[in-house]
Amino acid sequence: MRNPPDLIVVGAGVVGAACAYYAARAGLTVTVIDRGSVAGGTTGAGEGNLLVSDKEPGPELELALFSAELWRELAEVLPPRIEYEAKGGLVVASDGQAMAALRDFAARQAQHGVSTETVPGERLRELEPHLAPDLMGGVHYPQDAQVQPALAAAHLLRAAGDRLQLRLGEEVTAILTGPSGEVRGVRTSTGELHAPYVVNAAGSWGGELARLAGVELPVLPRRGFVLVTEPLPRVVRRKVYAADYVADVASDSAALQTSAVVEGTPAGPVLIGASRERVGFDRSLSVEALRRLAGQAVRLFPVLATVRALRTYAGFRPYLPDHLPAIGPDPRRPGLLHACGHEGAGIGLAPATGRIIAESLTDGQLPLDIAPFRPDRFGGGEAR
Amino acid sequence: MTSSPSDEPEYDLAVIGAGAAGLAGAVTAAELGLSVALLDTAAHPGGQFYRHPAPALGATRPEALHHDWSTFDELRRRLADSDARYLAGHHVWTVVRTEPRRDRWEVHAATGADGNGERPVRVRARAVLLATGAYERQLPFPGWTLPGVVGAGGAQAMLKSGLVLPGRRVVVAGSGPLLLAVAASLATAGARVPAVVEASGYLGYARHPRALAADVHKLAEAAVHGTALLRHRVRLRTRSAVTQVHGADRVEAVTVSRLDRDWRPVPGTGRRIACDALAVGHGLVPQLELATGLGCATRRTQDGTSALDLDADQQTSVPGIWAAGETGGVGGVRLACVEGELAGVAIAARLRERPALTAGGRVRALRRRRDRMRAFAAVMAAAHAPGPGWSRWLDDATDVCRCEEVTAGRIREAVTDYGARDARTVKLLTRAGMGWCQGRMCGTAVACLVGEGQGAQLPPSPERRPLAVPVRLEMLAALAETAARENPPSKAPQPPG
Repeated sequence: MRNPPDLIVVGAGVVGAACAYYAARAGLTVTVIDRGSVAGGTTGAGEGNLLVSDKEPGPELELALFSAELWRELAEVLPPRIEYEAKGGLVVASDGQAMAALRDFAARQAQHGVSTETVPGERLRELEPHLAPDLMGGVHYPQDAQVQPALAAAHLLRAAGDRLQLRLGEEVTAILTGPSGEVRGVRTSTGELHAPYVVNAAGSWGGELARLAGVELPVLPRRGFVLVTEPLPRVVRRKVYAADYVADVASDSAALQTSAVVEGTPAGPVLIGASRERVGFDRSLSVEALRRLAGQAVRLFPVLATVRALRTYAGFRPYLPDHLPAIGPDPRRPGLLHACGHEGAGIGLAPATGRIIAESLTDGQLPLDIAPFRPDRFGGGEAR
Repeated sequence: MTSSPSDEPEYDLAVIGAGAAGLAGAVTAAELGLSVALLDTAAHPGGQFYRHPAPALGATRPEALHHDWSTFDELRRRLADSDARYLAGHHVWTVVRTEPRRDRWEVHAATGADGNGERPVRVRARAVLLATGAYERQLPFPGWTLPGVVGAGGAQAMLKSGLVLPGRRVVVAGSGPLLLAVAASLATAGARVPAVVEASGYLGYARHPRALAADVHKLAEAAVHGTALLRHRVRLRTRSAVTQVHGADRVEAVTVSRLDRDWRPVPGTGRRIACDALAVGHGLVPQLELATGLGCATRRTQDGTSALDLDADQQTSVPGIWAAGETGGVGGVRLACVEGELAGVAIAARLRERPALTAGGRVRALRRRRDRMRAFAAVMAAAHAPGPGWSRWLDDATDVCRCEEVTAGRIREAVTDYGARDARTVKLLTRAGMGWCQGRMCGTAVACLVGEGQGAQLPPSPERRPLAVPVRLEMLAALAETAARENPPSKAPQPPG
């Protein structure tokens, strides 16, 4: 038998993998537990967007910029099979009003460290030769990048090396606590495992895990569909989307919203996604979501009209009421840390999240102010 | 009438699939007064079993390759005489509930896929009968991607629809009762069949004499094939498998090895057989995309596939969605006809609120026949279920997913080194199953390779494929807008505060 680990991470998605990777690198021993496979939840249903372009100035943008740097470092360390591509993003506007708003938005982002480059309509096709000819203009974001999320999670876990133990197909059924309410470990379907720290990286199911620990964390699922086309030669070079996307991401509406992000992949298929709607854990197909995704993609890239969608998949993006993740120690339950609620940005924000968790456990220097991500900021549900 | 409007009127019943089960269901329901739409991808009805040459080929006796042709003739005639609307060339890609009132079903299809005029068609109905049939199961082995290797069912389909042979000297291999029929058809059509190589023994049947005796037709069928094979001096090798295909550009020979009870090849038993084609298949897999997309419950069959879980009236676990034929478990054409008729009656009874329709002697007799044939099908499935050792045929260099060229070695690595525990994660990590066929070809093999690493069983439920067939983006974009659950997104980014 091994000694008990320093840390248990619940969830083998990309966020859990990043927490495990940075914790192991900091010298801690880690056990990652997941009731399913590596990348079996939201990570496996994501597109692998590493975006700064869609974020307005504020705590999430800071996190995204830090994370973008870490992804660049990781791309050097992890094998090329993770398909990291620093391809850049291109946000386009169809009319003058949208262009003015986009330019204004980009100017404010630029003041906070985002690289932006305004592209007039006539130059758009130098960047993306197959774009529709009638667009007003756009903004190029060279820091946007892409990664294949499932492979990224799998390789982060592997790169954690000997300090990591992976336990899959094992569900956490209870969080064990000591006499003064502090975390002692977890109980799973196969027995008890002790550790002084437990990290909640359970994604869409993070609220349930928090409840097992006796604390409230209002994580809710937001459904997103992604359309995948047949393999094509590179017709889309960057991540391309209409300016409306930014408004959708920040939206509080439960209604279906779509603004397609269109991008090519090294394997050939073009990904078009994602719609956003709040319907609980309902996987049934929304024809309306597909209609809009397809329509928007074809408007941006008319060449895609006769291309076939081979499949579509739905995933659940975990979000918190203020659309910011919960990252860091939970003062209500000593020994419990959270790393969940990243909504549609979890792949991008994973490394920064992992670093914050590792630094909090080793009393290291926090890379940024994590107060906005405090897990207890919604009040209620004090530890019993 | 060649064209259909893009929005069909509302029907009582939409039947998907015009094979034996769908035809029987559609004509039965129409004759009981329901308005029926019958959608099918092919240009003419018949499905896989009653596949026949296009009229232009001028075949004088298409029935020569079929038994039960008169049943099909009868169904065709009843269809022509009925008010059912037959929509040929319609590729159904999804079935969903209507929004916002979720009391109807919307069948979405693409038509005109063969030419340029591809258009979306939406059929609304109060009930849906899924009769989408089955496709052939393939288990890979070294050399299976070489030209000249064809599916056993595919070889028969080629023969039935185009009257062409896959080769002059054809080894038939795999497992399941279809192999005998295929070998008999090939031999009758003039091919040499040096061997039929069956992986299981036929002893499995002997353990269930009652189920066998209850389906006299099946036994008679087997006897007919057996006689044809004897006449053409075709040798049946049981407990054997093709474990290697030889040839540079196309098939020149195969190696046939003996198998132990778990289907592991017995070392030193390999024998080379010269041939120019190999027709191979391991039984059939129910085609369930539309059903699983709707959330219909499935059950595991005796041979490790998934089939729909149906009640005594052929209804799925989702009220309003019914199924008949191979979707409920592979059982053959006669079972399909019985189930189609049963479903047609039960749907009419439900929609017309006439429960008496299902209380008569005819329905009782149909149910008895169905139960008998289902019992036989279960014995057959158990007898031909792939043994756990089959994956030993594969060396690490064998392509398992041919669309994406993913080898057995990469799949094993995803399981042992990268934390994949199911076919879905293997797909995400290796791209196995992400290509054109969407895993229909390699799905079984991938699931078995995953199980190899952990002694696990095949997944309890089939993978969901929300698009049953590939769909053009312009066609999706041209769908009528649904009024439900939507707010137009604002035009421009919202500068905060």
